[in-house]
Amino acid sequence: MSREGLRYQTFSRRAFLLAGAQGLALATLGSRLYYLAIIEGDQYKLRADKNRISLRWIAPERGEIFDRFGRKLATNRQDFRVFLIPEQAHKVTDTLARLGRIVQLDDRRLARVERQIKRQRKFMPVTVAQGLTWKTFARVNVEMPSLPGVVTDSGLSRYYPDGIDVAHIVGYMASPQEDDMNTSPLYQLPGFKVGRQGLERRYEDQLRGKAGTRRVEVNAVGREIRELPPRQDAVRGENINLALDLDLQKFTMERLGEEAAGAVLVDVQSGDILAMGSSPSFDPNEFTNGISHENWQALLKDPRKPLINKPVAGLYPPGSTFKPIMALAALESGVVKPDTTHYCNGSFQLGSHTFHCWRHRGHGRVNLEQAIQQSCDVYFYKVAADMDIDNIADMARRFGLGAVFDVGVDGEKEGLVPDRDWKHRVMHDQWHLGETLNVSIGQGALLVTPLQLAIMSARIAGGNKVWPSLVRSLDGEPDTNRSFLPLDVNPLHLKVVRRGMEMVMEAGGTAHDWHRPKSAIRQAGKTGSAQIKRITKSERQTGIIKQEDLPWAERDHALFIGYAPADAPEVATGILVQHGAHGGSTAAPIARDMMDKALELKRQREGKPLPITTATAGPVKGTPPPPDPDGEAD
Amino acid sequence: MRSAHMFAPRRVNKNVFQRLIGLNWLIVLMNIMIACAGFAMLYSVAGGDWHPWAQTQAIRFAGALALMLVIAVVDIRYWMAFAYPAWGIGVILLLAVDVIGAVGMGGQRWLDIGFMRIQPSELMKIAVVMALARYFHGRNYHQSRSLKSLIIPAVLILVPVILVVKQPDLGTGVMIVAGGAAVMFLAGLPAWLFVAAFIGIAAAVPVGLHYMHDYQRNRITTFLHPESDPQGAGYQITQSKIALGSGGMTGKGFLEGTQSQLNFLPEMKTDFIFTVLAEEFGLMGAFAVLGLYGIVLTYGLLMGIGCRSQFGRLLSAGLSISLFLYVFINVAMVMGLMPVVGVPLPMISYGGSAMLTWMIAYGLILSVAVHRDVTLAPKGSGLA
Repeated sequence: MSREGLRYQTFSRRAFLLAGAQGLALATLGSRLYYLAIIEGDQYKLRADKNRISLRWIAPERGEIFDRFGRKLATNRQDFRVFLIPEQAHKVTDTLARLGRIVQLDDRRLARVERQIKRQRKFMPVTVAQGLTWKTFARVNVEMPSLPGVVTDSGLSRYYPDGIDVAHIVGYMASPQEDDMNTSPLYQLPGFKVGRQGLERRYEDQLRGKAGTRRVEVNAVGREIRELPPRQDAVRGENINLALDLDLQKFTMERLGEEAAGAVLVDVQSGDILAMGSSPSFDPNEFTNGISHENWQALLKDPRKPLINKPVAGLYPPGSTFKPIMALAALESGVVKPDTTHYCNGSFQLGSHTFHCWRHRGHGRVNLEQAIQQSCDVYFYKVAADMDIDNIADMARRFGLGAVFDVGVDGEKEGLVPDRDWKHRVMHDQWHLGETLNVSIGQGALLVTPLQLAIMSARIAGGNKVWPSLVRSLDGEPDTNRSFLPLDVNPLHLKVVRRGMEMVMEAGGTAHDWHRPKSAIRQAGKTGSAQIKRITKSERQTGIIKQEDLPWAERDHALFIGYAPADAPEVATGILVQHGAHGGSTAAPIARDMMDKALELKRQREGKPLPITTATAGPVKGTPPPPDPDGEAD
Repeated sequence: MRSAHMFAPRRVNKNVFQRLIGLNWLIVLMNIMIACAGFAMLYSVAGGDWHPWAQTQAIRFAGALALMLVIAVVDIRYWMAFAYPAWGIGVILLLAVDVIGAVGMGGQRWLDIGFMRIQPSELMKIAVVMALARYFHGRNYHQSRSLKSLIIPAVLILVPVILVVKQPDLGTGVMIVAGGAAVMFLAGLPAWLFVAAFIGIAAAVPVGLHYMHDYQRNRITTFLHPESDPQGAGYQITQSKIALGSGGMTGKGFLEGTQSQLNFLPEMKTDFIFTVLAEEFGLMGAFAVLGLYGIVLTYGLLMGIGCRSQFGRLLSAGLSISLFLYVFINVAMVMGLMPVVGVPLPMISYGGSAMLTWMIAYGLILSVAVHRDVTLAPKGSGLA
């Protein structure tokens, strides 16, 4: 064979060999593909779907809160918001700077935005601003082409039309705490808020509703491409209907003004809380969009404690407003009869200790009704000296002191009704008679809330174990058939105490000078001044400093309980004005106006005219006479 | 024993038109079909749009097709004469890239000559095969078997390979070596040499790993353990396999591939375009395209058997093997059978260089086919 032939043969042989190798290589690729697509195909199909299908949550519309007449206390309104999607912004800082020329962005807000950007994935929108006006929102939309990464949307956000008037009741909304971020998938939604105080927090689950879901096709960076059926719509949260009367609530707040005070007005028969004011207040709308640092600090530092819901969370000694309970306890335990009299010379000696009456020249001989009317301390000291503290405590509890009513707002306190057991258990000591004397005039360890005072007053007025209610119903007809069992107290005894409380408003009563109701409806009540500062012996000798001359924080708390109309009670109230000095001059007029207003509104709604003030209710015209220098304690 | 007349000089006197008619048009059509599959996939990757890739690619292909036909009808003697100069030009271009790359920072692999970018390493794949075919054409059977025949081919292969690997472009370097080895194997170098070389390479891999760039080493680690890096390179191969596997038998339909349309796939228009095809047209579509490649390249390989000149035989078979390696490396890579080395799928992947390489090489294969009866003198082209 020629050399050329050999060369040719070698080439041919080896070319066929390589062709075979090529075929083998192709077969390898083919079988690999067969393995991936046919044998493992289902698994890869599943993984492809897992890649592209993402479950997205739909925020439910939050339930609204209404007053007893269906007026909105908390609602949802269209909110214009601006988000930033970091991935789409060329440079986040540039975009934010340009956005800052349209929307006001302070440093704290910017810092928060940047923190959030670092925390989440780059395609997730970060809330930059919300609660924008339509005008600003429109400007952002117009400028959008020069704001890469900026997205606008309008969603629902919480709005309180009369926020300042109902702040402590409804509470407020704020962003979920960072610790809670993983507890609900909804928290990941931009701008999602949760209830932080009041009803918003207490009824969070009911108000929130149920989140919906939708399946969306997403691309590799997680951007939404389209929605895939089926979609599960969100279920709207339940509405809350309150017993509150917004008119009366607003009136109460206006009347409390700038005082640090808490006032509650309840319906004597149903226990409906018609008004529950706490002052000073704050605007819960500020929290929805994130309260500014300055405003938050101001709320925290205010000595009048605007954030405390005083009617349920403020604890105060009841002072002389406790005397009706003391009187009932004495009557029920047989220590006094309705006509029992005691002589008051201005003080009472127990062992080596002298207990003073607020009126140091004394009240002379007074019976029980007069003792309540004039708030004679010595009468009650003398009664208390013959009584067991446990009987007093029992009577206090029957009237609602020491009880948590759980009306639906945060931080309700139970207060303290001291007795032997408490003294032994908590103070590890025996009960001393002197303490009974202190309790008898509402001092000592006794602590109550204004809500408890209002219920106490309502129970005295109605004789029933009335229970307060703020929330009448969730999504539905209110339960109006509330009735209460009568109190286990002799009605004759109650009658004596009520008469005493009527006399408080009449000539000689501690509230008489300030009691000028607009209407002719007779009211009954009891003043109280709770001492903050102990009066020393030397002060008694040199003359007690007038309350008005003391610094604000050292003045007595002013209290008042009352009900009206006196002969057929419909509404009852309990009110406290912190450091208001005198129950009669500070608390009583507010309570008087609240009760008047409540009845006026009630008559209006029932179509009945309100009796106009006549001359029977004491001096009407002119300024009140200057308080008797001795008559200012209460 | 074959008759002697087969090797006797034969006069071939066809004009250009006759040679054009004489082309294997079925094979040309198959090449066009492969390119069309590419346009379809680029159209799909753009979300159902001729812009920005499919149209550009089609225009490029039109140019490349014309070039291929011109190359095919040019007399094979010119190509033989041009073999060594082509290699020389290739090396000069590689050096030029090296210099410009050093100035322009980073691994630059192309030269901008105004209207297009030339990637000299691509052209080198062809030039090395041409030069080796030319060399062995001049060596008779016994000379070819001699180990002395290793010296010049070693230079012809190693000089460009060193320049290419320096770029760094290991993938192309490997392909040049493999293409050259194929030519030497076909030329008749002793078989044991290749077995020994294979064992030697296998032994050198661990050493090679040591000298690799970090990104090259990562590719290999990721290839062996894709789960170890689910966000980076492992992500690519995982998503690629999902696309291939989820296509099933018939695929998800044109423009319906979720992995591709939603951008889960990496480098879709270039290196991973085969996965788009398999996802949208399934096993059937992928087999059809692999089948076309197989037919076209086996034709190039076996066509040499009917060729009268050793140059023609080695050129067409060598180029076929080179192109086959090109295809194989890409497909094996996207299937997770090989590390991700950044080799495109010629004719289908977006980009001019790989397509140009393919069309020039295939033009030469067709030229060999059309001139299979031309006898070439052992030395020189026989033109003069």
